[in-house]
Amino acid sequence: MSALPRAGELGLIGCPVCGQVCDAAGADGGALACPRCGSTLHRRKPAVYARCWALLIAAFLMYIPANVLPIMRTASLGDIDDNTILSGVVELWVKGSPGLAVIVFCASIMVPMLKFLALGTLLITCRRGSRWARRQRAQLYRLVELIGYWSMLDVFVVALLTALVRFGLFSLVEPLPGVVFFGLTVVLTMFASMCFDPRLIWDGKEDSDD
Amino acid sequence: MELSPPDIPTDTTAVHALLICEHCDTVHRRCPLARGQVAECARCGAVLERCRGMGANALLALILTALLVFAQATLWPIVTLGLNGQYVDATLWDVIHTMWIDHSQVVAALAALTLFVFPMCKIFMLGWLLLYARSGRRAPGFRRLMVTLHYLGPWTMSEVFVLGALVSIVKAHLYFDVQPDPGIYAYAALMLLITVFAGVDLTRLWDETSEDSP
Ligand SMILES: [Zn+2]
Repeated sequence: MSALPRAGELGLIGCPVCGQVCDAAGADGGALACPRCGSTLHRRKPAVYARCWALLIAAFLMYIPANVLPIMRTASLGDIDDNTILSGVVELWVKGSPGLAVIVFCASIMVPMLKFLALGTLLITCRRGSRWARRQRAQLYRLVELIGYWSMLDVFVVALLTALVRFGLFSLVEPLPGVVFFGLTVVLTMFASMCFDPRLIWDGKEDSDD
Repeated sequence: MELSPPDIPTDTTAVHALLICEHCDTVHRRCPLARGQVAECARCGAVLERCRGMGANALLALILTALLVFAQATLWPIVTLGLNGQYVDATLWDVIHTMWIDHSQVVAALAALTLFVFPMCKIFMLGWLLLYARSGRRAPGFRRLMVTLHYLGPWTMSEVFVLGALVSIVKAHLYFDVQPDPGIYAYAALMLLITVFAGVDLTRLWDETSEDSP
């Protein structure tokens, strides 16, 4: 059985925006534009490792204050209570609904951690040209893209609660800086996963027993 | 289903019969898909193409519904809170406005973009494109709008907001009387419509409309 042909071997480039199959022959002279949608074509996304690592590290630096600093202050009858992401999950587990606590825990703690680990692993293994678990790594990347934006959940919860609770006398809900750092973490990890090029997973030596 | 690997194309017209997996760069020969069928990449398992069971007319009807529901979700209050006989409700605009004046402009901007500006752009742009696509034509600005839609993709978060509202209701319930308002039901309906649209392969509009119209 012959191996599946890849675009580079056939002198073709797939347009990432509209899917058009383009002839890569003119690409030597400079930038090549997709004849159908006008997007710039690259054999692989440019500077994947530099950009992706930079965004990932920036996101991680934001993630530390996002977890350490409180994201929301609730004050009722002189009783001031500052909530971090984790203490919010615990409160929801103890007093509210354990099911929702699990969902919030997954969205705000597991998903960002998964993104750091997954993208880091992908960047390291691709740089080495590793052939290890290619299909699983490809699936991992698609999973990261699919669930990435659900981490915004806690940011929306803080925003909504802040807007709702406007009784100055009895109770007050105030957003605290942690929530801003958390929002930035989500946006930066989303950009990081967009900068990654999953085609790199399959570059290098082919599996012989495929 | 799997597609057969193609031979090396000899002339340029053969290029249209090919499909390149954007996740692994594998070249496939395009096969006609039956309704509801999905073509998967034989190398990496990514979805190459899916056949949507709906024509442009049905999609347009769906987009108009989405526009109505979106307007309701945005304008109607989402949740009402009660304490000692006082009642307060909040719409999406209250959320954005409160965050802005509470020194969380970053969050206010994020919410405004992902919950209002981007979804609205998506709805209007798709509606405009489908209006023309019904007769196989390309709307004015087709190229630019299709490219913009591609980049807007992951930046609409209405479905996350629905879950966020649910969590907020449960959290606020610890201290207050809370009741969901019509806005939250509109959001839930919007979530369903978004799920339907997520299963539609819109890049096919490139193939289904003719090149020569403006
Ligand atoms: Zn593939």
